Amino acid sequence: MRILSLAGRRLAASIPTLFLILIGVFLLLQFAPGDTVDAMMAQMGGGDAATARELRKFYGLDLSIPMQLGNYLWRLIRLDLGFSSIYGKPVATVIIERLPPTILLMTASLSFAFFFGLLFGVIAARGVNKWPDTLISTLGLVFYATPSFWFGLMAIVVFSIYLQWLPAGGFEDIGAVQTGFGRTIDIAQHLILPTLTLGLIFLAIYLRIMRASMLEVLNLDFVRTARAKGLDETRVVVRHVLRNALLPMVTLIGLQAGTMLGGSVVVESVFSLPGLGRLAYESVVQRDLNTLLGIVFVSALLVILVNFLVDLLYARLDPRIQAEA
Amino acid sequence: MDAVKRYFRSPAAVVGLLLLLVVIAMAITASWIYPRDPLALAGRPLIWPFSNPRFLLGTDNSGRDIAAQIFYGARISLLIGGVATVIAVVIGVLIGAFAGYYGGWVDTVLMRITEAFQTLPNFVLLLVLVAVFGSTLTTVTIAVGIVSWPAPARLTRAEFMSLRSREFVQAGRTLGMKDIQLILGEILPNALPPVIVYASVVMAVSILLESALAFLRLSDPNVASWGNLIGLGRDVLRVQWYVSAIPGIAILLTVLAVSLVGQGLNDALNPRLKSR
Amino acid sequence: MSAADNTILTIDGLSVKLPKGADRSHALNGVSLAINANEIVCVVGESGSGKSVMANAIMRLLPGEVAIDGGRVLFEGKDLASASNTEMRKVRGAGIAMIFQEPMTALNPLRSIGDQIGEMFEIHTELSKTEIKARVLALLADVRIPDPAQAARAYPHELSGGQRQRAMIAMALALDPRLLIADEPTTALDVTTQAQILKLIKELQTRRNTAVLFITHDFGVVAEIADRVVVMQHGNVVEQGAVKDVLTDPQHPYTQQLIAAVPPLTAPPPRALSEDIILDLADVSKTYRNGGFLGRGVRVTHAVKSVSLQLPRGATLGIVGESGSGKSTLARCIIRLIDPDGGSIVLEGKDWAKLTRDEVRHETKHIQMVFQDPFASLNPRRKAGDLVAQGPIVHGTPRAEAVANAKELFRLVGLDPSAIDRFPHEFSGGQRQRIGLARALALKPAVLVADEAVSALDVSVQAQVLTMLHELRERLGLSIVFITHDLRVAAQICDLVAVMKDGEVVEHGLAGEVFGNPQHAYTQALLASIPGGDFARSRKPVTV
Repeated sequence: MRILSLAGRRLAASIPTLFLILIGVFLLLQFAPGDTVDAMMAQMGGGDAATARELRKFYGLDLSIPMQLGNYLWRLIRLDLGFSSIYGKPVATVIIERLPPTILLMTASLSFAFFFGLLFGVIAARGVNKWPDTLISTLGLVFYATPSFWFGLMAIVVFSIYLQWLPAGGFEDIGAVQTGFGRTIDIAQHLILPTLTLGLIFLAIYLRIMRASMLEVLNLDFVRTARAKGLDETRVVVRHVLRNALLPMVTLIGLQAGTMLGGSVVVESVFSLPGLGRLAYESVVQRDLNTLLGIVFVSALLVILVNFLVDLLYARLDPRIQAEA
Repeated sequence: MDAVKRYFRSPAAVVGLLLLLVVIAMAITASWIYPRDPLALAGRPLIWPFSNPRFLLGTDNSGRDIAAQIFYGARISLLIGGVATVIAVVIGVLIGAFAGYYGGWVDTVLMRITEAFQTLPNFVLLLVLVAVFGSTLTTVTIAVGIVSWPAPARLTRAEFMSLRSREFVQAGRTLGMKDIQLILGEILPNALPPVIVYASVVMAVSILLESALAFLRLSDPNVASWGNLIGLGRDVLRVQWYVSAIPGIAILLTVLAVSLVGQGLNDALNPRLKSR
Repeated sequence: MSAADNTILTIDGLSVKLPKGADRSHALNGVSLAINANEIVCVVGESGSGKSVMANAIMRLLPGEVAIDGGRVLFEGKDLASASNTEMRKVRGAGIAMIFQEPMTALNPLRSIGDQIGEMFEIHTELSKTEIKARVLALLADVRIPDPAQAARAYPHELSGGQRQRAMIAMALALDPRLLIADEPTTALDVTTQAQILKLIKELQTRRNTAVLFITHDFGVVAEIADRVVVMQHGNVVEQGAVKDVLTDPQHPYTQQLIAAVPPLTAPPPRALSEDIILDLADVSKTYRNGGFLGRGVRVTHAVKSVSLQLPRGATLGIVGESGSGKSTLARCIIRLIDPDGGSIVLEGKDWAKLTRDEVRHETKHIQMVFQDPFASLNPRRKAGDLVAQGPIVHGTPRAEAVANAKELFRLVGLDPSAIDRFPHEFSGGQRQRIGLARALALKPAVLVADEAVSALDVSVQAQVLTMLHELRERLGLSIVFITHDLRVAAQICDLVAVMKDGEVVEHGLAGEVFGNPQHAYTQALLASIPGGDFARSRKPVTV
């Protein structure tokens, strides 16, 4: 209960942050050349000035900027994100359609990066400065330096074009109508390469942090106490070092949630995944500013949600957090 | 001087420095080795690398020399990476220093803003900025700098907060020093080494961000950039995969070099980690 | 001596080498000693003597490149120096147990106390979970923790420092080891807690017949607890023997020097004090509020509660107390590093409590501070001479003149004037403290506030710095506020003493009277807690 109220309080504290972002981005978008109506007119293949004026009035774009902002925030409170002229649907509908692939991709990449980052970090720290450590650390540096979109393209060349093991893009096979288990397998196959591509840089970051964190914790006094008790090295690591070393990793998930969501823009574009990231890219190219603002809102919400979960996890791992509440 | 000696004792740091020097040399000599416009038609399109001595790395789908684009691309990557890093570190150090030194409501306000920037996915913010201000070399550079400052700000703030309560800073205060003297003379020199080391991370990320933007054709299309070339090569990926592969390796090696130099600097400037 | 089977542990010619690049090649050079059943052997030495390395070498817990390269450690017929790791693990915890200096960091912060003690039984015995639980509670009761059931559930941060150390002791004694190694187990504790822990160790040792190897830097602790004493210097044993012989009749010059440096508890005869009050504190208060969120759960700490004290010109006022007594907050209020909430601090006619920040910056040359930590109190990126010249330069002295004066000040505090171009890390702890003193004196202050200024120093260095303070006080006519937790140090240097507890001054007066005839129960308890009190009282005050 105490954990929940603590994390809940942090969640409440992020509401002003959310508004700060929305107001900031809303004002920023006022500087954009052309507005929704321009985009619409372009979509319709042009139109006269009178139609444009009518449309602007209809969408409330002829009002002063503070009024528009007020209107927008008021609609947001009612969860109305406005209308996308490009897709001809409410923005909320467009975003909800695009959300599942992104959430799947993020969850999969995070799990992949976290699990292997942890594993390799521990292996490297246990044999510090020996060959497994050198190999893992070097690979970590290379992974960190690899541009994700390039890795994605090269993976397509190898696994989809030459070996033909995995599909080159898309979320599922559109040709074959599948249900249940078959569909799950199909989606999973489509997500393998994107997951590796997005997760690679985070794998590199996590393994580096885990290694450093392990080495630091291994030097702490209580590890000497554990050894003085007669514990063998495996038990020292499992019982005393691991949980302490995990704390910075968990913090990092929260800090990196935004970066990961940003990374999905590029990865979804490479693999033509119909996700939120690709939507963001399309709305920039097509100047669909309503949708772009909606994406800003939803991605900030996602990051806040991830941080809430991270807070819960952290408080479970570290009893000292509850004492501070 | 000890720091320099410590730096050169690490083989990885030396390799990183050499790699970085090669990239810098490429950037400097680009217009001397390839005096022609790298984006101009040079020969038959899609010549494979090493098959024609005139085009060592081959040509792309529009018949432009890939090697020339790699040389000129080094300029763009280093320029954008370097300038964006300076922007991000200057903003970050200013905000972090004020927040960490003064604490209280100054800290609360500044950290709220920093949090807002970190909550918004940096690449999405980058897209918004490019959508609003367009994709010229200048706007992209500034945009990359603007999305990258929160991390250095947090680091600087943490350093300032811990140094602020150190006895030698209190001693400075009891000697009658002004806040600005304490910040610039006592705290900043001690807070800067980790920030300088972190700048290498910012630079690595900046280069990657710009190349991703260029890959999506949202960066300046009028300059030879590695990301642009990868994006271009995507259209012929099935057979002429080398058009994308070569600039990717250039990005990889450059970012690797920057990271290695950063790590070497870290070990050289903060030796206490090893000795204690 | 005749009963060889009575010996628990024999260290024979033990050498431990240090990694390349260290200041010497060996941490231990052929150390030999023996510990018999049912006795407490104290190993004393200053920092760098190798005493802690020896403790860790016995347990084979040396870090990284530090390694045993000669000699034997015989325990129960086995040579631990050459035992396999598996053999060593059976000895650790079960045969030889260890407790450490800092109980906060020596316990895993993420696991409960009961869990960590229970682990001893899990590793070395086949006991069931319920049996283990019962044993843990019995152990916690045995080390006199008030509520064992609650303590077993608690996490380390939820216990006080003394209770944490009790929990560590309970853990160490879980399997009735034949030898307990205690590495400075009371150094991080307050003096009253230290007395309790020492008593507990002695009591448990007698009851369980455990042999104890007790590492300490404090001859007071030696006098309190030891049966035999081993004196170490630079990795060598210079003297060992029964505690009475060594304390009363030390043979080796180093031992003599160490014992001479231990400050006695008796104050020197009082000096005549001036009628002129230079610093007058009246009702100084400081309250902290924290932890509040939206007005809820605000914690209020009264760090200093209406303190009134007077410092006569040329005198030294000692403020003594344990951690959390508010003595450091008071010191920082006096020099306005912290703004007091109320009261007045009148220095030479001006009320410091009411000066604005700008005024404080100008007036600060009249009152200066010497800090506790010789490593943290000097900016590592400035040369020693600059550090000393900094104050006068800030107050308008031309640079060249300030640097010339800095050389003069170096001479004054007993440093080589040619050393002004060196950086702080090139000096030893005692030398750094002298630089800190020179920096404070550079502004020619009337009042010097010394906050635990000698607490981080080894006894012999501590004695030198105290002697120098004595001399400077006479030569420069300084008035000093001397903050310390160590009553023995206070007794040496202070004319007047104020005892603080929980933010209040509970007793104050002439040093001789407060120490000779304490009135308040807390002062009496403090004095009674000083380790080796009788030994300290038996020694004559140093005449400086």
